Amino acid sequence: MKFIKNFFERTEPLVQKGAKYSWLGSVHEGFFTFLFVSKDTSKSGTHIHDFIDLKRTMSIVVLALVPALLFGMYNVGFQHYKAIGELASTGFFGIFLYGLLKVIPVIAVSYIVGLGIEFVFAQLRGHGIHEGFLVSGILIPMIMPIETPLWMVALATAFAVILGKEVFGGTGMNIWNPALVARAFLFFAYPAQMSGESVWVALSSTDKVIDGFSGATPMANAAAGHLNYSVADAFFGFIPGSIGETSAFAILIGALILIVTGIGSWKIMVSTLAGGAVMGLILNAASGSEALSAANQVYFSMPFWHHLILGGFMFGAIFMATDPVSASQTEKGKYIYGFLIGILAILIRVINPAFPEGMMLAILLMNTFAPLIDHYVVAGNIKKRMKRAKISA
Amino acid sequence: MSEPLFSKKNLKLLSDPLNDSNPITVQVLGICSALAVTAQLKPSIVMALSVAAVLAFSNVIISLLRNTIPNRIRIIVQLVVIAALVILVDQVLKAYVYDVSKQLSVFVGLIITNCIIMGRLEAFALGNRPWQSFLDGIGNAAGYGVILIVVGFFRELLGSGSLLGFKIIPDSWYIANGGFYENNGLMVLSPMALIVVGIIIWVQRSRNSKLIEN
Repeated sequence: MKFIKNFFERTEPLVQKGAKYSWLGSVHEGFFTFLFVSKDTSKSGTHIHDFIDLKRTMSIVVLALVPALLFGMYNVGFQHYKAIGELASTGFFGIFLYGLLKVIPVIAVSYIVGLGIEFVFAQLRGHGIHEGFLVSGILIPMIMPIETPLWMVALATAFAVILGKEVFGGTGMNIWNPALVARAFLFFAYPAQMSGESVWVALSSTDKVIDGFSGATPMANAAAGHLNYSVADAFFGFIPGSIGETSAFAILIGALILIVTGIGSWKIMVSTLAGGAVMGLILNAASGSEALSAANQVYFSMPFWHHLILGGFMFGAIFMATDPVSASQTEKGKYIYGFLIGILAILIRVINPAFPEGMMLAILLMNTFAPLIDHYVVAGNIKKRMKRAKISA
Repeated sequence: MSEPLFSKKNLKLLSDPLNDSNPITVQVLGICSALAVTAQLKPSIVMALSVAAVLAFSNVIISLLRNTIPNRIRIIVQLVVIAALVILVDQVLKAYVYDVSKQLSVFVGLIITNCIIMGRLEAFALGNRPWQSFLDGIGNAAGYGVILIVVGFFRELLGSGSLLGFKIIPDSWYIANGGFYENNGLMVLSPMALIVVGIIIWVQRSRNSKLIEN
């Protein structure tokens, strides 16, 4: 460790303003504070702080994502070997290795493109590197179908970082969750690569699939009126879907890490799940209606809590909705924000046949309204206190 | 009166709207049509020319009439002039480029409501002589047209893989034919036009020191 620190200290004069390598300044500082605690102390105002800076916060979120990511890798292999009928003859490590080799390039592309753009902007604007992309860079691969072409991942990442974040002023200024902006971009720009039956299971053109194979996700099947998944598979994640979203179990481990460390807001998580459950119950109540088509009647009558473990709902509720930048800031606002995400996600996914998964759109929509919610929560609080002040006067 | 036709001041009327006071990117007028007709390059060009014709001639006509129009009914008079010119343009388009006219559909008629035209009549033609008004009309229409054509260029190239209807991206590149490429469907939707206009504004503002705000 010592020699790394020495290296940074030795090179520091070289990257000062006006020095030979000044264009590397923000990269230097970024890597130094990533590896070590920042040397800078505050020069005015508050002098007490702990070392949980943005970088450390982000690192814990990445840590919380690891269970879902590892399981996602395994599931990529699992779905592949299941599709070609060799599941029984392939060992655990064979399955995992296949998924690992499939997922690593997507992660690499996302980080290289995203961090590259961040470095360029940091240098152009003369500020330090913001570490917001540490999390976005791992979230983006996890919400992509495994068969997304790499250049599309690169394009979406660039779009999200430039137009979803840097345009608004960089990390902490963005209106929407950058990872979801990337996914929304792909979803509308290249719908054929982001939905349908052929994108969720990794298959090369030479693979022979078994009879009766369908790459459709349980959500797509449910929309067509076939509920053919087992609850255990859906909960533990042995179903086709985006890389990191399938296992509610692995995601809940991540949720535990976020809640225990106090980094993710449990209020948003709980209220999102509650919103989803309530909307599921409303749909259950409406399922007997004559006006519905046969397929819709089946979908409406699906047990309400199944909605929470299918598709991207759990992943969105735990990791996307809780993004501290784009979520509501007020404590009361967080309940409203999360609850409406849950309601809208299930509403969009069931009612609108064009969108088999509504979580992305629900979160983006509520990101947009989060400042409005905060505004009224604050205004309400002011009004309450004004009233109290008048009575006592 | 003895001012030459293309004096420095008059040329400025032509060149200013191209950059420093561009109707779309600086004054943010005429955005609706910039979003609606730019999915392909050809309609963008036709739209730019139509607006140029309407804007230049309505500017001249209003400028000629400016001392006789009673102030209280000037908006109505302006509208009559614009509407008459729009109908003329619409008929010409129908006669000579019917397919484009069908593509543009209602948006030719909606030139009447284009804020740039009313804006220039109110702000310029009512107070200036016909020649200057003509140059101002051409200049503003060019500023509008340039943006339309740039947006149309990128949207057709990236959204449909063609320009003016000719295939630019080879067929063998597409995923359906074993390649790797796919057209960007978002480019065809109007939200992307707004984003493209936004990027143009961003680039322009970072290059033009007069437009940088504090």
